Amino acid sequence: MKMSREVFPPAVAPDSPVSVLAGDGSVPDGYVCPISDTEVVEAYRLMLLTRIANERCVSLQRQGRLGTVASAKGQEAAMVGSVWPLDPALDWVVPAYREMPSMIKMGFPLARLLLYYRGHPLGSVTPPGVNVLPIQIALAAQLPHAVGLGWGLRQQGSEAVVLVYFGDGAASEGDAHESLNLAGVRKAPVVFILQNNGYAISTPTSKQSATLSLASRAAGYGFPGIQVDGNDLFAMIDATREAVDRARTGGGPTLIEAVTYRLGPHNTTDDETRYVDLLAHEAWRELDPLIRVRAYLFAHGLLNDESEQDMRDKITEEIADAVAEMEAVQAPDPVQLFENVFATLTPRLEQQRRSANMSREGA
Amino acid sequence: MAILSMVSAIRATLENEMVRDDRVLLLGQDIGVNGGVFRATEGLLERFGEDRVVDMPLAEAAIAGSAVGLAMSGLIPVIEFQFLGFGSQGFHQVEGQIARMRFRSGGRFPMPIVIRAPFGGNVRTPELHSDSHEAKYAQVPGLKIVMPSTAYDAKGLLAEAIRDPDPVLFLEPLRGYRLQRDEVPDDDYTIPFGKARLVRDGTDITLIAWSAAVHIAEQAAELAAEDGISCAVLDLRTLVPLDEETLCEVVARTGRALVVHEAPHTSGFGAEVIATLQEEVFYSLEAPIGRVTGYDTPYPIGAIEEHYIPNTDRVLAAIKRIVEVA
Repeated sequence: MKMSREVFPPAVAPDSPVSVLAGDGSVPDGYVCPISDTEVVEAYRLMLLTRIANERCVSLQRQGRLGTVASAKGQEAAMVGSVWPLDPALDWVVPAYREMPSMIKMGFPLARLLLYYRGHPLGSVTPPGVNVLPIQIALAAQLPHAVGLGWGLRQQGSEAVVLVYFGDGAASEGDAHESLNLAGVRKAPVVFILQNNGYAISTPTSKQSATLSLASRAAGYGFPGIQVDGNDLFAMIDATREAVDRARTGGGPTLIEAVTYRLGPHNTTDDETRYVDLLAHEAWRELDPLIRVRAYLFAHGLLNDESEQDMRDKITEEIADAVAEMEAVQAPDPVQLFENVFATLTPRLEQQRRSANMSREGA
Repeated sequence: MAILSMVSAIRATLENEMVRDDRVLLLGQDIGVNGGVFRATEGLLERFGEDRVVDMPLAEAAIAGSAVGLAMSGLIPVIEFQFLGFGSQGFHQVEGQIARMRFRSGGRFPMPIVIRAPFGGNVRTPELHSDSHEAKYAQVPGLKIVMPSTAYDAKGLLAEAIRDPDPVLFLEPLRGYRLQRDEVPDDDYTIPFGKARLVRDGTDITLIAWSAAVHIAEQAAELAAEDGISCAVLDLRTLVPLDEETLCEVVARTGRALVVHEAPHTSGFGAEVIATLQEEVFYSLEAPIGRVTGYDTPYPIGAIEEHYIPNTDRVLAAIKRIVEVA
């Protein structure tokens, strides 16, 4: 690991980012927590589940039971905080590929998400009634989808809001510019969550853009942008709730830059020790989003060692159940290759399907 | 029954379909107040309003990409790339997103989207307006490709495209927009995909073409007839799905074939047609199958484009060469 300090503290604009929850779990005098005590416990539970599940996924990948996994480790507050204000029955989440807790909060089953990592086609099939788009691998390609979805729903009388995730690397893509611009023009009810986690694989944010605030780009598109401490659950909830309310009432889009940090490799194929700054890495460990919420919960008597252990045990059990469920799903039938290419197979595809069946059966 | 130009037939069909189904909306550049640079959407903004005829920012990826979300919301987007050549700036959304969303979502998110785009040469456009990119899109699984040659077909095939539950690339020949005039019934009708049209029957050779090249083939067939050569002319109408049945039946009957297209030679869709014929009707062939195509050069600027595009002289010479083999 490099021993320079060039990427820490994070390069952000003056007076940014917005932060309320300190490392010791304290909040500013007079600050009103945006969610109930019960919900803080639930949010922490989802963050903890995400942390443990991602660590488990990495182990499963090393054992050959899962394929490539992109971990959410370190970004739990940015994800949980942003999805929290949504109404899963009405609103939509458009993920990139790292947003495990946001998908789970909307009702996407963990076992099915594990199937995606396993390479099973069922992993990108959203169950009926769950308002989540399939995981998106092409960077920023999901952004115009979110704009069109929000715009179309609103035009048909819905009050739904669409929350879409992308990162500091994806922010350099042309699709990001085109989508932010279109969202402004259409006043689309979209909340853009730009998770600036410091790196696009190995490339630091400073090589993606010369700006100190990716959120500041929103001004150029004619709508609000805000840079938020992405490791602060409460600040993320506050900012997103305001953006969701604005979108729902016709006020148009918001760009929220969640300044956070990827506490690990880009994915299981990556070795972050080749490029991360060791001092920065250690500093960000202290800013771990789970530490702060945990401290808040302990300080307010909402969690103690015993109840936390109980929470961990239940989470571990839940993950084990999901892994078992994932591994019980049969390997895909090869004929699935030909399903859903079109509503009805073309004659040529029909012929290919027939010949594929023949070779599979050895006929 | 009225005589309509192709662009008028397209405009009438868009209007009919918007009346028939209020989920249909149009997205494109300059399609609203201006009625489209070729007037394919003239008067539709006034009739259907800004929610259904949407002047979009000049951003092809946003146009194609937002259509994905609009389709997910329950609408039926009909988008216009002002020119197919500029569609390349939104190609990744067509290829990587629109065409595979039904597949990767296991059917949860079908994509009933039509992408209209004018293309093709001989109208002296500036650079990049005339390129024929159909083969590039034919390599995209999950996308249908429709290339009408007549106003009559444009109406029936566009209505079919808008009612199709899957994404359709609908390519409109610039050369035919006003020149191509046909009797077009006022009544509603559709033409099914994957049904080639036998423009004229013949016994010596089959000329296979689509879009504006069909008319080059027809003219060459007329000239060949004066020399005593009987040409069948087959208009494929849709490349995906491909009417292999008719293609093989007609070529097997004539024993010789020539493909005519405006796109570059190498890896043009003609190569796919010929490979299919080789697989299916090889033993009925009397001679190697020929191709008359654009050259493997960038599409040229207007003053020399007539030397690039297949013309009747080149097609006639190829016909004679093939017929004289045996």
